[in-house]
Amino acid sequence: MVYPAHEQVQSLVLFDRGDQPKAEPRSSSSSFLALDPRFLHTLIIFLFASSLSLSKMIRFILLQNRQGKTRLAKYYVPLEESEKHKVEYEVHRLVVNRDPKFTNFVEFRTHKVIYRRYAGLFFSICVDITDNELAYLECIHLFVEILDHFFSNVCELDLVFNFHKVYLILDEFILAGELQETSKKAIIERMGELEKLE
Amino acid sequence: MGSQGGWGQSKEFLDLVKSIGEARSKAEEDRIVLNEIEMLKRRINEPDIPKKKMKEYIIRLVYVEMLGHDASFGYIHAVKMTHDDSLLLKRTGYLAVTLFLNEDHDLIILIVNTIQKDLKSDNYLVVCAALTAVCKLINEETIPAVLPQVVELLGHQKEAVRKKAIMALHRFYQRSPSSVTHLISNFRKRLCDNDPGVMGATLCPLFDLISADVDSYKDLVTSFVSILKQVAERRLPKSYDYHQMPAPFIQIRLLKILALLGSGDKQASEHMYTVLGDIFRKCDSSSNIGNAVLYECICCVSSIHPSPKLLDSAAEVTSRFLKSDNHNLKYLGIDALRRLMKVNPDIAEEHQLAVIDCLEDPDDTLKRKTFELLFKMTKSTNVEVIVDRMIDYMISINDNHYKTEIASRCVELAEQFAPSNHWFIQTMNKVFEHAGDLVNVKVAHNLMRLIAEGFGDDDEGTDNQLRSSAVESYLRILSEPKLPSMFLQVICWVLGEYGTADGKFSASYITGKLCDVAEAHPSDDIVKAYAVTAIMKICAFEIAAGRKVELLPECQSLIDELSASHSTDLQQRAYELQAVLGLDGHAVESIMPADASCEDIEVDKSLSFLNSYVQQSLEKGAQPYIPENERSGILNISNFRNQDQHESSAHGLRFEAYELPKPSITLRTPAPAPAVSSTELVPISEPTYPKETNQAAKLSTVTDTGATELKLRLEGVQKKWGKPTYSTPVPSTSSSNLKTTNGVNQLGQATLSSHSRDVSYDSKRPQAEISPEKQKLAASLFGGSSSKPDKKPQSTSHKTSRLGNPASEKPQVATASAATTELAPQKTAPVQTPPPDLLDLGEPTVGDTIPSIDPFKQLEGLLGPPDVSSSTNSGTVSVTQPPDLMALYGDSSLSGVSSSISNLVPTNLDSMNLVSSSSSAADHGGSKVALSASLKKGPNPQDSLEKDSLARQLGVTPSIQNPNLFRDLLG
Repeated sequence: MVYPAHEQVQSLVLFDRGDQPKAEPRSSSSSFLALDPRFLHTLIIFLFASSLSLSKMIRFILLQNRQGKTRLAKYYVPLEESEKHKVEYEVHRLVVNRDPKFTNFVEFRTHKVIYRRYAGLFFSICVDITDNELAYLECIHLFVEILDHFFSNVCELDLVFNFHKVYLILDEFILAGELQETSKKAIIERMGELEKLE
Repeated sequence: MGSQGGWGQSKEFLDLVKSIGEARSKAEEDRIVLNEIEMLKRRINEPDIPKKKMKEYIIRLVYVEMLGHDASFGYIHAVKMTHDDSLLLKRTGYLAVTLFLNEDHDLIILIVNTIQKDLKSDNYLVVCAALTAVCKLINEETIPAVLPQVVELLGHQKEAVRKKAIMALHRFYQRSPSSVTHLISNFRKRLCDNDPGVMGATLCPLFDLISADVDSYKDLVTSFVSILKQVAERRLPKSYDYHQMPAPFIQIRLLKILALLGSGDKQASEHMYTVLGDIFRKCDSSSNIGNAVLYECICCVSSIHPSPKLLDSAAEVTSRFLKSDNHNLKYLGIDALRRLMKVNPDIAEEHQLAVIDCLEDPDDTLKRKTFELLFKMTKSTNVEVIVDRMIDYMISINDNHYKTEIASRCVELAEQFAPSNHWFIQTMNKVFEHAGDLVNVKVAHNLMRLIAEGFGDDDEGTDNQLRSSAVESYLRILSEPKLPSMFLQVICWVLGEYGTADGKFSASYITGKLCDVAEAHPSDDIVKAYAVTAIMKICAFEIAAGRKVELLPECQSLIDELSASHSTDLQQRAYELQAVLGLDGHAVESIMPADASCEDIEVDKSLSFLNSYVQQSLEKGAQPYIPENERSGILNISNFRNQDQHESSAHGLRFEAYELPKPSITLRTPAPAPAVSSTELVPISEPTYPKETNQAAKLSTVTDTGATELKLRLEGVQKKWGKPTYSTPVPSTSSSNLKTTNGVNQLGQATLSSHSRDVSYDSKRPQAEISPEKQKLAASLFGGSSSKPDKKPQSTSHKTSRLGNPASEKPQVATASAATTELAPQKTAPVQTPPPDLLDLGEPTVGDTIPSIDPFKQLEGLLGPPDVSSSTNSGTVSVTQPPDLMALYGDSSLSGVSSSISNLVPTNLDSMNLVSSSSSAADHGGSKVALSASLKKGPNPQDSLEKDSLARQLGVTPSIQNPNLFRDLLG
């Protein structure tokens, strides 16, 4: 008998909200996870899926530099502080030394991190394992284009000193883990209106 | 640049950021941040802080928190800031709280009120700010507080507000689906919104709704199709274009939805065929985003009711992906292949070499994806190769999560497709040896059961053979220094059960080994328990066979040690063993029959054999038995009374009768035989033993049911062997196309439609010639064993061979592997020099990773007897590069190649136009280079310069590929 990992763990963890995520074909075909302290790690993984009943969404977005310093971190799923640090550390370790020829996708626990490097900055975005990777890769690029437009020729320092603006731009671009607006023009206009107030 | 001073922050803050940036160690950074926290704590509580200053403090708190420090002392100030009237401050306040607080934070309740107020604001920017906060902060309990207002905002005049309201509702749906189910009509209405942004946002909740319940949305198929059509025809405003693609993100979302709606629904699918075909045709395959849309199209096509034409297009795109140099595209290609295989199992064969390349790629992501594909295409003919590969990979990685996954996949495949008992045992041994502690206990039990039961055929001989081969391999493996506990349990059980069965090994030899196991794992009680039980079995079999048992001294000392063990379970086992040793042969045979682990144990639940005993007792005046439920009912009542009234003062005499003796003892003692055998059979229930003796009746019944469960488990398991997963191959639809295009191809004409196919066809050939190792692998993965006459040199015969039997094309490659190496020079007929090969030459970086392999050695190996080459190559992840070199050598050794190349070049150009050209900055740049790579490898500076300027013209931020630009970017 095979236990689809999702169901078993979900029923164990408290935040089962009735509507369990459908076991994706990929995950259900494999892993049996015993209910065993050794798999505590796996339980933690499922914190990602925690209170949200559906799986296709962005879990978090990270901007990190080569040294692993976080330049921006936006989580769309609730995580403990300590868990966030672990995530940031792990993601950095995963992406920083990858050969530039390799895919821009890395498996991260039960999810997938799609990353892209711009100069010394890594933009990483964590999504569901079955989502369209290339689309998210371009989503990162669109975000960078928006930043570039907004800061007119963006550099890392712009982001460092104006991280709060970057958050605001991100809020216009991605909301609640979904792309809400894909028109660069619309976003820039919205930001312009906010800027006028300053 | 120049923005550092221009954003209204104080010098103090800029200095902070700067000093953090310059910090040389984590410790220094922490020191600076801690100072900052102290300072903020002090200042933020001062009275009458100017608002602007306060705003900066809040931003600094965000910064501190982002660096991983706790800023919770300031949360309340951020909350307060959301109350402010100034939009700027309010926005900052909302930003800070959405970053600080999770949906279940206590402070949320203080914000809900503000949010409610702000949602009603006249200023739409305030409303937007509030809606952004709603998405993050509103939890299940507070949804009702804001829901009516959010719904009202769906009709707001500003599209930005409508869009955010939709997203907020989507979030509500995710949090608590029932909260918004009555609003579904609103989503449908918003789908027709004038603003494409709102329409695009509406697709998010609709996707979720549809995936939860497809049937209620079938009426929307035509709407979605017409929206997609309009998007694809560039009817949306230009501002939604991205890299010359019309609103690609919206297209992708629509395709996802169509995939859901069309799945298993022929009628709905037929609506989609035209638009999907259009997208396949129009999509720009030179940019990442174009490929993303194409990939989504493939996903959609493979999910809806199949259309041969669309599947052809999908296959074509897939093969382009697979042939790309770009790893991302290869990755997508593998995934697309996996999806298409569900519809057409034969499609993988065409791409076998590409798949093998990916399998041997140093990029783990790609490799894992490929394993996923292989897992799906495993059948009994290729299971050995695939599982071997998987195990090799499993051994090489450290990531426990993936190791577990791949181990269980190996087990699954082995159980399903194992070609022979021997192979199965060997495979399981490997899996257990390297990932024993990661696999599920069930796997171990399955293995034991399998060895015990045999493979279902009634041939006792093969079963015995299986068992003795298992015993032999286990005895060999036992000499390994470190084995996972789970594996040792299996070994002990099998040795105990079958160690002496075939008479090859003496009982003392086996018991000696088992003693060693127990001694080597002093802290593992379970293994020790297994070992001692196994020893008991061996001894029992010996006694039953009438031989005298002489316990080895180390065995005796083990028993002595265990009988004094802290674990009552081990004690019990030790005593049982001693008891068994004292019995005579006849008794032992009945309690421990040899090879009886599969016998069903009749559990006489009613204990009828005790009837006479009970009768006797009753006659002697004993109390009759009261069934447990009746008894416990009585007890409960009396207990209640006890506790409620008397318990507190109950230190005096007790007037109620003591509880009736529970029947556990009577249950257990008279029936020792079932109990003992239950321990043997259900090792997992052993831990209940000690508890059982301590606790009373309930547990003993548990053991009983445990035994029956066990019986059930033994019977109810189906045999999995040889069950075919894939239907017999159906002639692929694409092959018929192939034969015609091949003819065209040989003439050097490149029509657009046939073109890519030609390339694919050609490219495969020379690669196949080059690496016998790969060929072998390919053959074993994809093909059967039927051999084919070697007619390759002539392209015509080639064609006919394909014509005649497309399915057996792979075997040909396979069996010819030895011959091909020698034939290589002749075979490289002009036309077969493939563009992709040249492309491959352009990727020297792959070669960098495998400097240990000498191309010339490879060359020798390839030209020499094939076994040499395969031995040099075996197991490495690397072979991609050298074979391509070979191709070059092969070509140059041919006279008259130059003409062929000249023929080829235009073809190349065409294909490149298809694949690359006008490549956006995001592209990996390899394709253009490839043009010149036929003569020269390495990146071409001129190209990159051109691209650079192109990118600048477009106002596009250049990507990774242009280091110069980054310097610019950084100022």
